[in-house]
Amino acid sequence: MLTVFLQFLFSGLTVGAVYALVAIGFNITYNATSIINLAQGEFVVIGGLMMWFFSESLKLPFFVSVALTIITAGIVGLLMERLTIKPLKNADLLLMIMITIAVSIVLRGILMLSFGKEPYVYPAFTEGEPVNVYGAIIQQQALWVIGITGFCIVVLFLFFKKTMMGKAMLACAVNPTAAKLVGINVSQMVMFSFVLSAIVGAIGGMAITPISLMEYDKGPMLAVKGFCAAIMGGLGSNRGAVLGGFLIGVLESMTAGYIHSGSKDAVALVILLLILFLKPSGLFVSKTMLQLRKF
Amino acid sequence: MKKEDFLSLLVLIFLVVLLPAISGNTYTLTVGIFSGINALVAIGLCILMGYAGQVSLGQAGFYGIGAYISSVLSLHAGFPVVISIICGMIVAAFAAVILAVPALRLKGHYLAVATLGFGEIIYIILNEWGPGGPSGFGDIPHFGFLGYAIDSTKGYFYLIWGIVAIVMFFSINLIQSRTGRALRAIHDSELACNAMGLNVAGIKIKVFILSAVYASLAGSLYAHYVTFISPSSFSLFYSILVLMMVIVGGMTNLWGAIVGAVVITVLPELLRKFEELDVLVYGLILTLSLLFFRKGLVPILIDRIKKLRGFAVAKH
Repeated sequence: MLTVFLQFLFSGLTVGAVYALVAIGFNITYNATSIINLAQGEFVVIGGLMMWFFSESLKLPFFVSVALTIITAGIVGLLMERLTIKPLKNADLLLMIMITIAVSIVLRGILMLSFGKEPYVYPAFTEGEPVNVYGAIIQQQALWVIGITGFCIVVLFLFFKKTMMGKAMLACAVNPTAAKLVGINVSQMVMFSFVLSAIVGAIGGMAITPISLMEYDKGPMLAVKGFCAAIMGGLGSNRGAVLGGFLIGVLESMTAGYIHSGSKDAVALVILLLILFLKPSGLFVSKTMLQLRKF
Repeated sequence: MKKEDFLSLLVLIFLVVLLPAISGNTYTLTVGIFSGINALVAIGLCILMGYAGQVSLGQAGFYGIGAYISSVLSLHAGFPVVISIICGMIVAAFAAVILAVPALRLKGHYLAVATLGFGEIIYIILNEWGPGGPSGFGDIPHFGFLGYAIDSTKGYFYLIWGIVAIVMFFSINLIQSRTGRALRAIHDSELACNAMGLNVAGIKIKVFILSAVYASLAGSLYAHYVTFISPSSFSLFYSILVLMMVIVGGMTNLWGAIVGAVVITVLPELLRKFEELDVLVYGLILTLSLLFFRKGLVPILIDRIKKLRGFAVAKH
């Protein structure tokens, strides 16, 4: 009984970790621009597929591949912001969301052309026996996924609290005009937020691919789940995003395991709707905070 | 009804009558039929979004409800097609009320994700518990009315565009009525509307029901035309597609919904010859049109015409 429960719990946490990373990606761009970047899922796919390209196709060493994948994702984020978001400055919010959908279609098209429609996989980061916890079998890669997510969260936390640049980005989120007045280059910060969110997404993709494989059209579903996680935790709150991500992951795997595998997506969505209707600000954002936001 | 709208409606009817005469081949007409079905959903979303200012990413849910309810009733319960379509519209209206009462308190991203969640739940229900499951079912009866069954492509083309014209006539009148003015007022400031004594929540829910009923009608027509349905036609992708139609056409103008629906439906057909490249080209065209025609095609066209007229007046 406990074994099965633990097994579901750990598989839920593993998937949840990726949702959490996607949700954090949403938050980073949302905080700096009030835009929901629905191409966020594509960044995850880019992470997985580029990692395969560098490590399996070009046979580059592990760390070089990781570095190159991160750089590629960063460039994609940068190009996206400079080519589509910046020219639309001050446009209707809905238009902004639509353009991120359009960009995600372009990215999917490019990914399909370069990688085809088949799923890709590469070996886990470390070889070795799965870990046994009270009878539940945990692949080493699952520990990597959760560990890397934890690491990203800590780094991002330190970045936003301790570095000048992180504080400047937060300032842009709170009040762009005031940020401009104290000499922060808001446009640069917006660009950087896209780069950062792309990198966070790609890291999630790199980590999860050995477990769940990666194909060109996985993006939209990841984006929806990550978006749900972000909303559940309260848009803009990274702590909420992490908890929301893990919550959705665990709920999904429990539903799939105990109730009915087909309805796992529905349960996450029903809970999301309940949260929206009962506490629209999300679990971790206060009502006053919500009222301060443009959207 | 304004003069421009009346003329546009005449032009629409003229084009609809003319198209089968110019290009009678089945392929063109089929694309035309799908454009018309999509236009119905887009008109509903346009009123909801462009006029009342409420986002919905769940139109596919209502579209699916219409298709499934109407097919099941006419196929298994032996209801006449018209009655089953009306039943579908009633169910969609109820679903809209259930969703709208809590959801319309939400704004922006939150409303978008709530409607998205609703659409996905309908999709999952159809997938798991709908007849035929993920692979769907066929043998749905053709559209028929008082003993006349429509089963030719040409017949469907006239039927669907006839319905589009009627829906359009009704919608234009609605928008220029007291309710329509109230909608635009809500778009501008809910606070002011409340202060003026308008029942903002009530009006929003009504518009939401209207858009759901249009989508349901379109879904039923789709099912009876294709005679086969599966859940994949009613996924989130369809909701996004409809949103795209409204935005590309220009959401501040009802005619934009029709133009957008036709453009977005025809575009992938034109891109067929790019084969593998079609997704990429489709995405690029969308990105560029959003970047360079922000207001949407119809409002831009109207601006152009106004400018030209301005020149003409200046010359005199």
